[in-house]
Amino acid sequence: MRMLNNPWIKRAAIAAVVSTVTLSFGCGKKSGGEKGVTETIKSGEKKTIQNIGSDTMVNLAQAWAEEYAKIDPSVSVEVSGGGSGIGIAALINGTADVANASRRLEPEEIKRAKAQTGDKPREYMVAYDAISIFVHKDNPLNEISVDELAEIYKETGKITKWSQLGVTQLPGAKGDDIIRVNRQNNSGTYHYFREAVLGHNSDFKSGSLDMNGSKDVIDLVAKTPNAIAYAGLGYATEAVKVLKVSKKKGEPAIMPSIATTLDKSYPIARPMFMYTPGEPPEHVKKYLDWIHADAGQRVVEISGYIPLPSR
Amino acid sequence: MTRIGRRRAEVWFRRLSWSRIGEAVIENLIRLCGISAVLFVFGIFLFVFREGAGFLFDGLDIEKFLFTTEWYPTSRSNVRYGVGALIVGTFSVTVLAMAIAVPFGLGAAIFVSEFCGKKLREALKIVIELLAAIPSVVWGFIGLSVMNPLIQKVFNVPIGLNVFNGAILLALMSVPIMVSIGEDALKAVPDAYREAALALGATRWQIVYRVLLPAGKNGLLAAVLLGVGRAVGETMAVLMATGHAVNIPRTIFDPVRTLTATIAAELGEAPVGSDHYQVLFIIGILLFSITFAVNLTADLVVKGIRKKQ
Amino acid sequence: MFVTTPFVRQKERRELFAKIFFGLMAAAMVLPLVLILTHLVYQAWPLLSWEFLSTNPTNGMRRGGIWSAILGTIYLVGLSLFVSAPIGVFAAVYLNEYARDNWLTRIINLAVVNLAGVPSIVHALFGLGAFVLFAGIGRSILAASLTLAIMTLPVIIASTKEALGAVPRSFREACWNLGATRWQTIRRIVLPNSISGILTGVILQVSRTAGETAPVMFTGAVFFKKIEEGELFAYAITDQCMALSMHLYTVTTQVTNTPEALPYAIAVVLLATVLLVNAVSISIRVYIRSRKKW
Repeated sequence: MRMLNNPWIKRAAIAAVVSTVTLSFGCGKKSGGEKGVTETIKSGEKKTIQNIGSDTMVNLAQAWAEEYAKIDPSVSVEVSGGGSGIGIAALINGTADVANASRRLEPEEIKRAKAQTGDKPREYMVAYDAISIFVHKDNPLNEISVDELAEIYKETGKITKWSQLGVTQLPGAKGDDIIRVNRQNNSGTYHYFREAVLGHNSDFKSGSLDMNGSKDVIDLVAKTPNAIAYAGLGYATEAVKVLKVSKKKGEPAIMPSIATTLDKSYPIARPMFMYTPGEPPEHVKKYLDWIHADAGQRVVEISGYIPLPSR
Repeated sequence: MTRIGRRRAEVWFRRLSWSRIGEAVIENLIRLCGISAVLFVFGIFLFVFREGAGFLFDGLDIEKFLFTTEWYPTSRSNVRYGVGALIVGTFSVTVLAMAIAVPFGLGAAIFVSEFCGKKLREALKIVIELLAAIPSVVWGFIGLSVMNPLIQKVFNVPIGLNVFNGAILLALMSVPIMVSIGEDALKAVPDAYREAALALGATRWQIVYRVLLPAGKNGLLAAVLLGVGRAVGETMAVLMATGHAVNIPRTIFDPVRTLTATIAAELGEAPVGSDHYQVLFIIGILLFSITFAVNLTADLVVKGIRKKQ
Repeated sequence: MFVTTPFVRQKERRELFAKIFFGLMAAAMVLPLVLILTHLVYQAWPLLSWEFLSTNPTNGMRRGGIWSAILGTIYLVGLSLFVSAPIGVFAAVYLNEYARDNWLTRIINLAVVNLAGVPSIVHALFGLGAFVLFAGIGRSILAASLTLAIMTLPVIIASTKEALGAVPRSFREACWNLGATRWQTIRRIVLPNSISGILTGVILQVSRTAGETAPVMFTGAVFFKKIEEGELFAYAITDQCMALSMHLYTVTTQVTNTPEALPYAIAVVLLATVLLVNAVSISIRVYIRSRKKW
């Protein structure tokens, strides 16, 4: 009998060890959660907010999440980027508590969300962003018009050389070609730029460098004398030059800033939104209220975006 | 039958059935695991296909998809799904990478298997393994932050994120697999061949290109093919280093975009089930088919060698 | 006595030339490795510290460390190995010990080869389609680990097969002659004699898994997630997590105004992990080889 049982006992022991390990893995969160409960007994159980969406806003959303964790440790905000598209998709699928979007929901999307979740998504305007035009810091160009931008970026656009913009001396440049830096085709910034600069129903010219993040865009411009790019003002660094933008050639060109965005004189600025699927639960509502309040809006300013005017 | 005899028989019987059941369970489990690889390959094809099938059979113009170069999956007015430029991008990077990697990879394989002593060989093999272990995202980062300015400066070109940058990274990434497979292929050439050549007074140089290369050519071909497979399927490095521009390159210093990078960059944002999302899965099917064909060929080539020996 | 005729001298010169020529080809591989490593470490130096490893990212990931990403990677790697190691080892046992040379075996071998060649981004598509959506697991550590597990399976199978194949056939025959069944032979003789080889392969897999980005990007890795510092069970397997490889990607492409050294430091930590694991596995292998009696 002993001979018979021995390997089985051993096997059972192994199985026991393995399952203990699995269980401890699986229940890891639970035991952690229990600990959290004892610590924050007053604020109740630890709640999470799934915050998904716009890449433009991901830095901001992350800064909010981090700051809010100090104020209300019982709520954990999980931030992921990927773009406005994915945030809205998650909102429609009901997998996000809060979706970040650097554009408004389209009527069709609202309809789909309503069909899925049974309620209309709620919109919260949380900040503004000024889309700024960037060139290499040695580029002598100081201002550009929206029309010129459209000619550079549009599918049918005719500007391909810096000399066509009047720039003949481009320090450090190789050749005269404009290197168009763009964003990948579902980012909210891409959509907004297409809508606001190229015009409704227009497309970008193929062959631009489609970067995956605005940080990438800025880094590339800093290293590339021939480049031109667009990104949120929050991404500006000292390594690149921000251009003044005018509506039309000849009109006064405006530098993007908080003031020029809020008084609407800067032509390519947009609001940024957070959406909830239907009426938000208490802890999400509190988070959104905090974002609207002074503390949240200060984070906006520190992060390089433009706070709401109503303060 | 005596009582003791019956009892003994009982114990024997019980032991037999117990261990039989146990063994049957284990053996079936092992068999299942053995077949799992087949299931997974099928599963991969099935699930990737499943997500893309709807649009593949209903809506997508396959000819336009493969042979036009306009990639506007999110256009408002005129959605166009042409991956021609992406295919050209993938192949231009792969071909250039191979042009760099094949001589170096095979040269290194020859050095490791024919020219160096035991200690050096071990050391080199370890280096090769370490080289193979560097994650592709690190290669991509190197391409973006180190190679980009370097290429701009050295070759005096406006942008360092281009075919050349991606090809160098891919070459470095696929050299290890070429060296190790290539070395195996050379090792498989019988020593008698070398000895015969030596006896005829051949130099080692002559042995390499008159004896080893012809004798090991199938194995070396397989090594190259596996390198190609690796290069075609590589994602993060080319995403970060080739400039990601939908563009038919005219020179090796033009930015391009590859099939893999397009999926990686756009999948996250395409709403599940949309045409764009399905097209990305169709690109996945395309990639799967390409690498499947390449690997199959490599495998057949290797098999061919084994049969001959 | 031999006389060095011009012919012999020419031959020797050619010989030397060939050696140098191919030596340079080999050196062309060593050189980039050394250059890259030194450059990365040099750039990353100002940030590398124990604190960098053990604290969470703060200030919009511009300051602080990378603890949450490290822990996420450990989870992903651990869980994926937990799945792929047993399946992979068993599959190799089947191929090496049970399978006869028939069409099924050939198909399995072919499948293993092809599974190894499937591009990582296609694995990502599969993970998204099969685990996240079809199985309804959602984007989570579990879904990402399963995706990684399937990806690493062929390599575990290949290395285990090699280890099993190194056990001499005479060992098995001796055991069979004692009346042991196939499975008893495997359990008592084959596996114990090849366990170190199997482990080496599995350990090696850790490094491969830790560096993968594309497959986890769509199946479970997030941009940012706050966790308790120093808490080992901070993630549940149904959570999403941060991962080192993904963190390097996001910091390089999305986070602005980071210190110059930050992406370098993340790259160095990732590389160090991967190379360290590799070094461990290599030295185990060298040790086994030197000790092997048969």
